[in-house]
Amino acid sequence: MDANGRLLDVQGLTKRFGGFVALNNVSMHLDPRERLGLIGPNGSGKTTMINCISGALFNEEGSVVFRGEEITGLPAFKRAELGISRSFQIPRPFRTMSILENMLVPMEYAAWGRVDHATHEDRAMEILALVGFQDRARENSGNLTQVDLRKLELARALAAQPDVLVSDESMAGLSSSEVDEVLEILFKLNERGVAVIMIEHIMRAVMRYCERIYVLDAGQLIAEGTPEEIQGNPDVERAYLGE
Amino acid sequence: MKVSGFWIGIVLMLAAGFVLAGVADNQFLFFAGYVILQGLIMAVAWNVLGGFTGYVNFGSAGFFAIGAYTAIALHQFAELPLLVLIVIAGIVCGLIGLGTGYLTLRLRGVYFAIATLAMAIVFESLITNWDYVGGSAGAYVITPAEVPFFDSFIEMMFILMLVLSLICVAVSRYLSMSRMGRGLASIRDDETAAECMGVPTLRLKLISTTVMGVMMGVAGAPFPFFVTYINPLSAFDLLIAVNAIAMPMIGGTAVWFGPVIGALLLGTIQQIVTVTISSELNILIVGAVLIAFVALAPRGIVGLFQDFARKRREGGK
Repeated sequence: MDANGRLLDVQGLTKRFGGFVALNNVSMHLDPRERLGLIGPNGSGKTTMINCISGALFNEEGSVVFRGEEITGLPAFKRAELGISRSFQIPRPFRTMSILENMLVPMEYAAWGRVDHATHEDRAMEILALVGFQDRARENSGNLTQVDLRKLELARALAAQPDVLVSDESMAGLSSSEVDEVLEILFKLNERGVAVIMIEHIMRAVMRYCERIYVLDAGQLIAEGTPEEIQGNPDVERAYLGE
Repeated sequence: MKVSGFWIGIVLMLAAGFVLAGVADNQFLFFAGYVILQGLIMAVAWNVLGGFTGYVNFGSAGFFAIGAYTAIALHQFAELPLLVLIVIAGIVCGLIGLGTGYLTLRLRGVYFAIATLAMAIVFESLITNWDYVGGSAGAYVITPAEVPFFDSFIEMMFILMLVLSLICVAVSRYLSMSRMGRGLASIRDDETAAECMGVPTLRLKLISTTVMGVMMGVAGAPFPFFVTYINPLSAFDLLIAVNAIAMPMIGGTAVWFGPVIGALLLGTIQQIVTVTISSELNILIVGAVLIAFVALAPRGIVGLFQDFARKRREGGK
């Protein structure tokens, strides 16, 4: 935690792709155990933002501070070691591995210095039970259905024993009951003390899950507030629906 | 400490080699054995990068030839013992392998494969134009008529190759079964996801390309002494390069014993065909077997057995 008690603090972040400004001077923060939403129309810079937080991209200006430590220039694997974990919009399982082996990769790398090595399999199984995979650990991950892939994606991100989980559109394309299933998992892992940044287009899920929401539009932060405040915000309505 | 079956196997293989050296009179056995073992080391080396890490490359013959020519250059410079030449060739090829590793920062998949092929061609032109090692005319090596402890020079070369290949197999097995093996496999499956799961992808790729380079160099260094005459064409021979890829593909690339099975099988078939039918035909056989496996059993012999075992298990339920 830094002096303000913040878990993650992003200040004045700017990211350009050539001449295109994907994020312009964006600041946001995340408190420990918080459930934070990040929304905005397509192309507004949400995924770029979490790429800069997780280290998949490097920002040109601004700083990213995690638990009081400057991590702006650190490569992604170092950030994973520190406790920032993410899931991908399009699931990226390790296809030649079983579900359990998928879990062991973050255990043996991201969490290697923080978790007793002898307990890896037990911990992996415990997380798998959380997503309902306790009896399917030996199954090959290459043949899973979409909703199962999303669950594996979350379970694997959790296996890194993170303090922050960034969930990038974990529910896109899922049916209503499947959305509830994934939400349930996200609630459960938040109860275990993990702060969550949720990027999502499904407003029902965002409004139900998040305690606080940031809204991005064309690389600018246009609003911040509780779900109620965001729903009543005219700028947000304009960004989504036009004038 | 529990002695595993693997190490017992290694000792048995070594013992078998020495027994063969003591008993057999037919020098061709050692000659053929050397060729098979050379293929085995190259197959294991290729598989560390191409199989475990998923970076398929066509430059393997380049590393092999650089190993061979490092030995030639050092041999011209001062007649150093063969073991010293092998160690230095391993280091040189390891360093070039490390350099290749940095290519993976920008090149993936087919682009990396083509870049390594181009690299091999560049090295071939360099060596063709380097007079010190014989240039395009090639270089001769006079091998000693008598060697201590062994009946003949070729017998010694065979035992040397056996020891080297057992070391390479042990290293490759360690790489695949350790925590590092899972890291390499995660790079093969999805490099971006691996990085985000805490896998230091660049470091592991550099280790992988370096190990590949060292093993290729080690396989190449004794080659000029085995054939006694070497030129760029024979060192950068396409067949040698194709074999290094075909053997792991046929055996199975995901596990350490895949390339071993592939090399022993393909290498032995090639030797038998060379002797009984013709040396040209064995090139055709490599091609045909490779196409058959890629089309029908893309996971190699190991994959075939795994599928068979799974079907039996599921059928038994």
